[in-house]
Amino acid sequence: MRAADVIGFCRRAVSGYPLRSCLMLLAMAIGVASVVMLSTLGEGTRRYVSRQFSSLGTHLLIVLPGRSETTGGPPPMMGQTPRDLTVQDAMALTRSTAVRRVAPIVVGSAPVSVGSRQREITILGSTAELLPIRNLALSLGRFIPAGDVSRAEAVCVLGHKARNELFGNRSPLGRFVRIGERRFRVIGVLTRKGQSLGVDISDVAIIPVASATALFNTESLFRILVQARNRDAISRAKRNLQEIIRDRHEGEDDVTVITQDALLATFDRILRTLTLAVAGIAAISLAVAGILIMNVMLIAISQRTAEIGLLKAVGATRGQVLILFLVESTLLSLLGTAVGLLLSTAGLLVLRQMFPEFPLAVPWWSPAAAAATAVATGTLFGMLPARRAAQLDPVTALAEK
Amino acid sequence: MIRLENVSRVFQVGGESVHALDRATLVVEKGEYVSIMGPSGSGKSTLLNILGLLDRPDEGTYCIDGRDTTALTDDQQATVRRFKIGFIFQFFYLVPRLTAADNVGLPLVLAGVAPHERRHRIADAMDRFGLADRAGHRPDQLSGGQRQRVAIARAVIMNPAVILADEPTGNLDRTSGDEIIRAIESLREQGMTVLIVTHDPHIGGRAARAIRMVDGRIVSDRKGQA
Repeated sequence: MRAADVIGFCRRAVSGYPLRSCLMLLAMAIGVASVVMLSTLGEGTRRYVSRQFSSLGTHLLIVLPGRSETTGGPPPMMGQTPRDLTVQDAMALTRSTAVRRVAPIVVGSAPVSVGSRQREITILGSTAELLPIRNLALSLGRFIPAGDVSRAEAVCVLGHKARNELFGNRSPLGRFVRIGERRFRVIGVLTRKGQSLGVDISDVAIIPVASATALFNTESLFRILVQARNRDAISRAKRNLQEIIRDRHEGEDDVTVITQDALLATFDRILRTLTLAVAGIAAISLAVAGILIMNVMLIAISQRTAEIGLLKAVGATRGQVLILFLVESTLLSLLGTAVGLLLSTAGLLVLRQMFPEFPLAVPWWSPAAAAATAVATGTLFGMLPARRAAQLDPVTALAEK
Repeated sequence: MIRLENVSRVFQVGGESVHALDRATLVVEKGEYVSIMGPSGSGKSTLLNILGLLDRPDEGTYCIDGRDTTALTDDQQATVRRFKIGFIFQFFYLVPRLTAADNVGLPLVLAGVAPHERRHRIADAMDRFGLADRAGHRPDQLSGGQRQRVAIARAVIMNPAVILADEPTGNLDRTSGDEIIRAIESLREQGMTVLIVTHDPHIGGRAARAIRMVDGRIVSDRKGQA
């Protein structure tokens, strides 16, 4: 029997029972589409996170107070809390040749008011270096002036949203806002940057670090952002930072230094695994579709028993009957795959329309894996019914009507 | 051509052995036209199934063209069916989704005959049985007589040596039935050996040789023109 004839025969068997075929196509298509869509969403999430990380700045290291490691030794007899990081600690870090910039950060929340308008927003206390380290940009005015970090100047820079909420369309430059009990002069406004790793950087007021420590009445820093000279300097900078802090903290390793790259790599790994897991779960729906194919093929064979008997009577061998039914289920799963890929393309188009910001990207392996799984399950689950058809006894098959 | 020797076929029905065929012996020469008659359950269809290699005898030997078929594998038997035997059934057994022409061409497709050659042979066969204008119709668009003519065209498309017809008119009215019988009789003129199982004494009587079966045995074998 010629290959073209086998396919032609099976094609007509598929189109000859439209309802049955459509149901099987639908099941396969949903399976394939869900594998592609879910892996695409997973990959998109990974890209989104990695984009968020790089928007934080480049060659970034973050110094956090406290340790994340456990070392041996007896439990402390007296209550011991990790030493606070101070502005002086931060300034000391600039001694390292691997470090280009350092920005201490104090974070707090305080009511900010202009006239009768009042709003509770996040206050960031930092230095002039924050601007280049965090890749921030100004739409109006200037940033916190460089110079003596211990000077508590009463100036502030507003985020995009904070400015809109407090001043509307009026220019805020040179005007005063009241933060807590003190008055600050607005000297600049940040451009719209939106979300940055969950923190709404547009709804903040940035003030000099000394003003912030005075405002919140604390010496301790939330963290220190450090920018290394270049990519190769990151690991050296990390060692230097730990040494400098240890020297200043009487030999105690009581800070944690994390590098942006390490953090990013971790997230990357987690999200890749998650994408695979989600795709795997979706692949289960393909197995379900395979079982459906098996069921429907079994029903088809009992409906077409007489036809099988006839094929045998006119000289079809067992092998030919097997091939005919196997190709039929493979053809169905191929068509289902095609429909599924179309479906997922359409779905992704809709998602792109709805969330233009989200970096949707189809991982190269996902359509291929979905198609391969679909066709493999279709063929595998088609095997049992096809064998049953091949083994039918022609006399019994013809007697059934 | 066909030689059956002491062929028996036993079925187990409800714990009881039923001899559908009981030591049947039969020799049919090339080009003979044989009718097989007998009451229901007399073993006519079993005999035809064994002659058509759809069923295997429990005992005895069956030779076709001098070749013993009882030792053949299933696939070898399929090949013999394909090239040597043509079936005509009471219920036509046309594939409902295929056109008349495709139904006629089915054995050619299974045999792997090239499409252009198929087209010629199908057109010839359709023409011969007056179906030239029905080639593109599906079975449900054809009358009973037309369906059976499609089935006859399918049975002869491989140019087999033996035609086995099982109650070919059983499902047709008188006029169509006569038409079908004439078509089947015409096959003999091409040297095909025809065996026809029938209930109808009128049809049975027209055959040059009439076999009568009762309880799985051949009880009479009359030769000579009726």
